[in-house]
Amino acid sequence: MSPQTPPPLEIHDLTVAYHKKPVLYGIDLVVPSGRLVGIVGPNGAGKSTLIKAILGLAPPSSGWVKIFGKPYRNNAKRVGYVPQRESVDWDFPVNVRDVVLMGRYGRLGWLKRPGKADREVARACLEKVQMLPYANRQISNLSGGQQQRVFLARALAQESDLYLLDEPFAGVDVATESAIVNILSQLRAQGKTLMVVHHDLTTARKYFDMLLLLNMRMVDYGPTDEVFTYEKLQATYGGRLTILSQVADSLSQEKENLPVGP
Amino acid sequence: MKMIPPFDIVSFFRAPWTEAWESSLWIVIMGFLVNAACGLVGSFLVLRRMALVGDAISHSVLPGIAVAFLLSTSRSSGLMMVGAVGAGLFAVWLIEFIHRNTRVKPDAALGVTFTTLFSIGVILIALYADQVDLDLECVLYGEIGFVYFAESFALLGMEVPIPVLRMAVTLFGLLVLLLLFYKEAVVTSFDPVLATSLGIPARWVHYGLMLSLSVVIVFSFESVGAILVIAMLILPSVTGSLLSDRLAHILIMSAVFSALYALAGLHLATWLNCSPAGAMVVAGFLLFCLAWILSPRRGLLTQLRKGRRGLRIEHGCTGSTGFE
Repeated sequence: MSPQTPPPLEIHDLTVAYHKKPVLYGIDLVVPSGRLVGIVGPNGAGKSTLIKAILGLAPPSSGWVKIFGKPYRNNAKRVGYVPQRESVDWDFPVNVRDVVLMGRYGRLGWLKRPGKADREVARACLEKVQMLPYANRQISNLSGGQQQRVFLARALAQESDLYLLDEPFAGVDVATESAIVNILSQLRAQGKTLMVVHHDLTTARKYFDMLLLLNMRMVDYGPTDEVFTYEKLQATYGGRLTILSQVADSLSQEKENLPVGP
Repeated sequence: MKMIPPFDIVSFFRAPWTEAWESSLWIVIMGFLVNAACGLVGSFLVLRRMALVGDAISHSVLPGIAVAFLLSTSRSSGLMMVGAVGAGLFAVWLIEFIHRNTRVKPDAALGVTFTTLFSIGVILIALYADQVDLDLECVLYGEIGFVYFAESFALLGMEVPIPVLRMAVTLFGLLVLLLLFYKEAVVTSFDPVLATSLGIPARWVHYGLMLSLSVVIVFSFESVGAILVIAMLILPSVTGSLLSDRLAHILIMSAVFSALYALAGLHLATWLNCSPAGAMVVAGFLLFCLAWILSPRRGLLTQLRKGRRGLRIEHGCTGSTGFE
């Protein structure tokens, strides 16, 4: 990467408020290209709000967000988005293919309809998430994991460089979880940048290169090995010990089991 | 007892098409146009879980018409239409404003808004009864039965009543809009957050829909009234959604239903000697029940036939994958 290339995501002093009540304070971070970043924090920490602020959906009260060096509006096509599964009505009268094709709408612009090339992209994306056999199925006849794969396929169809995923692992089956992990690492291998809201601390360390610990403020941000420590997690979760003790156990166990270097 | 006129199948089908056949024809055409236009816009309202916003607009139109009346004192003026559409949009804005700035939930905000605006309309009409020549009965139930006697316009050697012409133009405009902005309308209804992130302005699509809705309601108003128009917004698409899972099919079906409502309503109204608009809504409800019973996948009959065992199998394949 040449020094002039702007980073996929740069956030400076971002504060977001709902009804004059701040939910995010002074976030400052730069995400380098080709990283898989996990956003971790307790409920109400502002994880989804951060994603929405990046997408320009939650207007900041101060600070700014730049996508590849430009405001979101100018680079919207380079961002793919996977919302939380519960955010839509799954009884909506569309089928799986229709939903994936929606990923192409941003590229089409006004007054144009998806053409043959778009259908081909949608087909390939469905194949990647192993949902091609379900292409003609009405979306209410899908399991939670299948719904999540459809959303992922739709984001893939956006053919973006920066992907934002809001809790893609929430309530999915084991097979779907590993399928998603697989796709995320494939995307990273292609040089794409990914930010993933994640709530399961036991897997966070395994899945992500970098972690952003968030609790309204940025508690810490950096390579997973440096950030994923008991003290920092405690600072993030404010001593909610049920989760933390499990993590502490697993951390200490791994330490014991760690092969001693020569 | 002579509450319900005797039913005779031959006269049920023939009566509307004897001496008054021309009037009947225009009633059916107008009924179809009103139902089809309402059904098209209404489908998107139902999808957005905003079915009762139509209710709010149709009632709020009244003070708009009254004010326009006071300002212009003429009934056919464009000002009346502008006043009515403006009042409808004002109602939508007021609902959002109350919801945003108080703790009142959207449905309650809607309840407060349209009843208040309607009452203001009622008071205005009472206060200025000598200047505002509005028949409240017509406001509530419409007068589609008299469409044939409205002013007409010579078109292709035919005397077309002006309300019919206006409704036809409205429906055509709606179709053009829908063809142009179909994908925007669908994606903003299904996932407004994604739509906005794709650069499709969900807010503007919403306002466009509200504007189309207000126009359709205002033009339907004098034919079917403030209350029956709500049924026409909702019934075609919910009936369609019982029969199909594809939006395009639901939209096409709602147009077919509109023709059926109009025709069945006319026959029903002639038999019972009642308001054709009311009869169209009753016909629409009967059709809804029929769809409910006979729907191939989710109908009552299918469920009975499949019995408990079938239901369990269906549940098994739509539920979890078993990995969870």
